[in-house]
Amino acid sequence: MDWYPLLNSLRIAAVSTVVVFLAGIWLANHVARAPRGVRAVLDVVLTLPLVLPPTVVGYLLLLMLGPRRPLGLWFMETFSIKLTMVWYAAVFATVVVSFPLMYRTARGAFESFDQTLADAARTLGRSDAWVFWRVKLPCCRQGIVAGSVLAFARALGEYGATSMIAGYTPGSTATVSTTVYQLWRTGDDALALQWVLVNLAISAVVLIAMNMFEARQREGAAPRVRRRSVG
Amino acid sequence: MSLSVDIRKRLGDFALEVSFDTQDAGVLALLGPSGCGKSMTLKCIAGVERPDSGRIVLDGRVLFDSSARVDLPPQERHVGYLFQNYALFPNMSVWKNVLAAAHALPRDQREAAARDAIRRMRLEGLEGHRPAELSGGQQQRCAMARILVSRPDVILLDEPFSALDGYLRWQLEMELADTLGAFGGEVVLVSHNRDEVYRLCDTVCVISDGRGEPRIGIRELFEAPRTLAAALISGCKNVSRAAPRGEGLLRCEDWGVTLRTTLPVRNATHAGIRAHYLRHCPEGVATSSLTAGRAGEKNLIAGAVERVIESTFSTIVMVRTPGGGSLRWELQKGEWRSVREGLGADGRVCLAVAPADVMPLTDDARAEAMKEVPAP
Repeated sequence: MDWYPLLNSLRIAAVSTVVVFLAGIWLANHVARAPRGVRAVLDVVLTLPLVLPPTVVGYLLLLMLGPRRPLGLWFMETFSIKLTMVWYAAVFATVVVSFPLMYRTARGAFESFDQTLADAARTLGRSDAWVFWRVKLPCCRQGIVAGSVLAFARALGEYGATSMIAGYTPGSTATVSTTVYQLWRTGDDALALQWVLVNLAISAVVLIAMNMFEARQREGAAPRVRRRSVG
Repeated sequence: MSLSVDIRKRLGDFALEVSFDTQDAGVLALLGPSGCGKSMTLKCIAGVERPDSGRIVLDGRVLFDSSARVDLPPQERHVGYLFQNYALFPNMSVWKNVLAAAHALPRDQREAAARDAIRRMRLEGLEGHRPAELSGGQQQRCAMARILVSRPDVILLDEPFSALDGYLRWQLEMELADTLGAFGGEVVLVSHNRDEVYRLCDTVCVISDGRGEPRIGIRELFEAPRTLAAALISGCKNVSRAAPRGEGLLRCEDWGVTLRTTLPVRNATHAGIRAHYLRHCPEGVATSSLTAGRAGEKNLIAGAVERVIESTFSTIVMVRTPGGGSLRWELQKGEWRSVREGLGADGRVCLAVAPADVMPLTDDARAEAMKEVPAP
């Protein structure tokens, strides 16, 4: 069995999770504090990929990044870099599709953050950056980790947009999900089933890891429930 | 050393308009019912909220001035703020919480300053605990330690005891009084609890519906409040609409009686009598002049017992007056028992009030409204 599709999938998911992690936190933090009107519009735009069919996302990406489209043409002429039908082209697809999962979970965490903690830190002379890195992020850690794991899992399983923008080239752009489709299409049921099992195993591991993290968080908090005891 | 505040802020259809200074004020209280704008005032001073217009000056430093476009960030204001929920960083230990506030000091002094604050707030041995592992009182002391380490010029306290249980409050109140006494700067405390304010503060600004009244001494608030809002917040249970009737006389509409008072009656729109200043006057029942609504030499009010409420340490008797309004009369339980024995079947009773205890009051909002009417 050629393990290239698995390595490629993990590589794509890892890169896209890093991008989504940074962009998701940054945007979620700003949207959570934006005025109501702006927030409503941005929220729709940023969540749209969650409900759009992946093929629509793929089509829109091709409109921008395709070899004869403005961005694609510019990158080709300036850097001689192809933006489609290469392994990293799939990263564009997975970033767009998994972004809403990170963004929404992180935004929920930021919105439930107690703003008086930030106000207190500022009256004590600490900078906004210190508040963000030392108080806000640690307080919202659970939501951020959950969002990252979900985004990673979603990126790992992305098929629709990936197949349109990166296609299926064995040993080059093949991922686990496009390989399963290709094997089924060519009637190689036995090998397809093997990849399905690999996929199931990865998904299970990711979800178990997430549950364990949440359980540890709760356990860590448990002895601290002695709140307001007399003393 | 003083803090002077003169700010206005609109929030929907609520308008906040407060002005005071702490020159020779000792510990200053902003006293008012919940939702009257007290906390918002503190937040504007600390710089975490921005007033629409006005000016805030602390020890000669302009913190905010809308006309000069000055608006210092909270970090540069040197204002210590004790939040209602103490706002300790939940992800840090007591030690880290206190140390986090020391960063403005030279690097080699930070740990010593934090240790000193922890010792002064008697938190030794708790340095490694997270805020959630502390009792309410310890949380408050930790928040105070954090504030002291940041070396503020003024300390603002936002309902410091609201998160605590009743019997803990008493001890913490004394501790906080000691801490504030040792602190050299200005102190402003926000509260809706008049007893707390009486014990902790020297002067008070009453705030009602977003409007701040002039600063008065804490004794004056309880002995001779001049406005309706001040009388109500200081715990005066009996108020009636009233109008001056010449020197030293107040016609009280709701009680149907004209009372003598030793206090100036000019501008009075209301009269107030504290529930425990009413006295029983058995011989007054026979006086016929009472029915005519004249209180006579003894300042008598006739009425009928309407309802008796047994409270923890006293008895509250509601007395219906000739004017239709009720008077709340509070007396010792034993005293009520003897009064009850002398009472007729009709429940008629006569109450007396010393002229010094009849408080002429001005409804500021109404006086303000009358001022706005253009002269004909």
